[in-house]
Amino acid sequence: MLQGHQSWIFKSKPVIIGSAAIGGPFEAQGNLAKDFDLLHGDIWLGQDSYEQAEKKFLEQACETAIKKAGLKKEDVQFFLSGDLINQIIPSSFTARTLAVPFLGIYGACSSSIEGLSLASMIVDSGFAQNALVGTSSHNAASEKQYRYPTEYGAQKPPTAQWTVTGAGAAVVAQQGQGPRVVSATIGRVIDMGLSDPFNMGAAMAPAAVDTIEAHFRDLNIDPSHYDLIATGDLGKVGHRIAGDLLTKHGLNIPVEKLTDCGILMYKEDQPVFAGGSGCACVATTTFGHLLNRMRRRELKRMLIIATGALLSPMSYQQKETIPCVAHAVAIEV
Amino acid sequence: MSSIKRKNLTPVQQQYQDFARAREPQRPIIRNCIRAFITGGTICTLGQGIQLFFMTYFNFDEKTAGDPTVAVLILISVTLTSLGLYDHIAQWGGAGSAVPVTGFANTIASASLDHKSEGLVLGVGGNMFKIAGPVIVFGVFSAFIVAIISVIITSLGGV
Repeated sequence: MLQGHQSWIFKSKPVIIGSAAIGGPFEAQGNLAKDFDLLHGDIWLGQDSYEQAEKKFLEQACETAIKKAGLKKEDVQFFLSGDLINQIIPSSFTARTLAVPFLGIYGACSSSIEGLSLASMIVDSGFAQNALVGTSSHNAASEKQYRYPTEYGAQKPPTAQWTVTGAGAAVVAQQGQGPRVVSATIGRVIDMGLSDPFNMGAAMAPAAVDTIEAHFRDLNIDPSHYDLIATGDLGKVGHRIAGDLLTKHGLNIPVEKLTDCGILMYKEDQPVFAGGSGCACVATTTFGHLLNRMRRRELKRMLIIATGALLSPMSYQQKETIPCVAHAVAIEV
Repeated sequence: MSSIKRKNLTPVQQQYQDFARAREPQRPIIRNCIRAFITGGTICTLGQGIQLFFMTYFNFDEKTAGDPTVAVLILISVTLTSLGLYDHIAQWGGAGSAVPVTGFANTIASASLDHKSEGLVLGVGGNMFKIAGPVIVFGVFSAFIVAIISVIITSLGGV
């Protein structure tokens, strides 16, 4: 049901009955290692290319999520997925393996929450009993696609971010036990004229702020409603900007409540510059770490705002600025 | 940011960019310069050592020792790239490891490695000069212009 200008309230409160996070070697050294279902020591996963390895990550995430939900893949009616590779091939090829009716989505790093909102809407409206949502990203595949060759020796600035290698998936169902999706806010595309792909945090922060403000306005609630408000992959730079921007706009969120998946993912001493990014950043943090915290009842209500930078390597070369989007989902137990 | 680029922005965008810039960590330029000096200097000293080696133990003079020296440096760079070490050196050394011939070898080796999965012809062959290509194109072009200027000056009775 539409609430306010751009938010949805899910009356039946669809349940996340199973979720999974799969990570790579760098994530295994990070802060959230114990919240991953499976960690790989090698980014190739025995495949012939980075792209195939990413597909393998996503397949494993989906299969684990379905298994943890206590379902078979025949019980899942729809699969929604997106990633960062051209024409979202890891998602489509995973859908080929799963043989579940598939809707491909693209929202860059916001894909996981875009998928979760849509899956919740499909389930809430009765168009499916169970829907699966997944996203993946692969550090080397993203470097190859968006920046320079992986082993190319270019010096990155401190504002750059590190793409998470991994995949996350969740099964949203009409019935069952687990955290429930209660509402979602779909974001506008915001472009503040920034064009540096090594400074995504600053480009995406205004989109996150716009969606957070819209969420509170539409639902007529204030930040005290949530135990945790986690933005997508803004990293240290974007997180600081977003925090200050919210304060400037008069929305005071206590420091301990506002966090960022890109900061949570890695340890302080890992060389990830400003923090993590990529579709798998929000996906693995939310579907692994944060949902686990909810299941342990450490968190009762949380708001996840996933941000995505909607650029392409070509748009950057053509001197276009970076449009950004952010989608929010509220989950409670 | 250049003033032309800034002119295309709306006041709100300009205001935000100033707001954001005040909260971004700056590139540590002085530290980068010192590290580039150390890295570049080390690579060049190594090159000098290799050149002396060829001149002392083989039948090369100062002019002819250049080619085998460059070949050895390229070999070292490509090996380090293949072992996944060169990009770590480069993150530390910046321009110091990008400017010498080792950096050039790294661009070609890294692009070839990345595109190996698309096959030898379209993958490696088609992409190995992805970054090195512009360097060759503009290098050859500038050499051509300089050569023409040099010929004109010489034929006019200059130096």
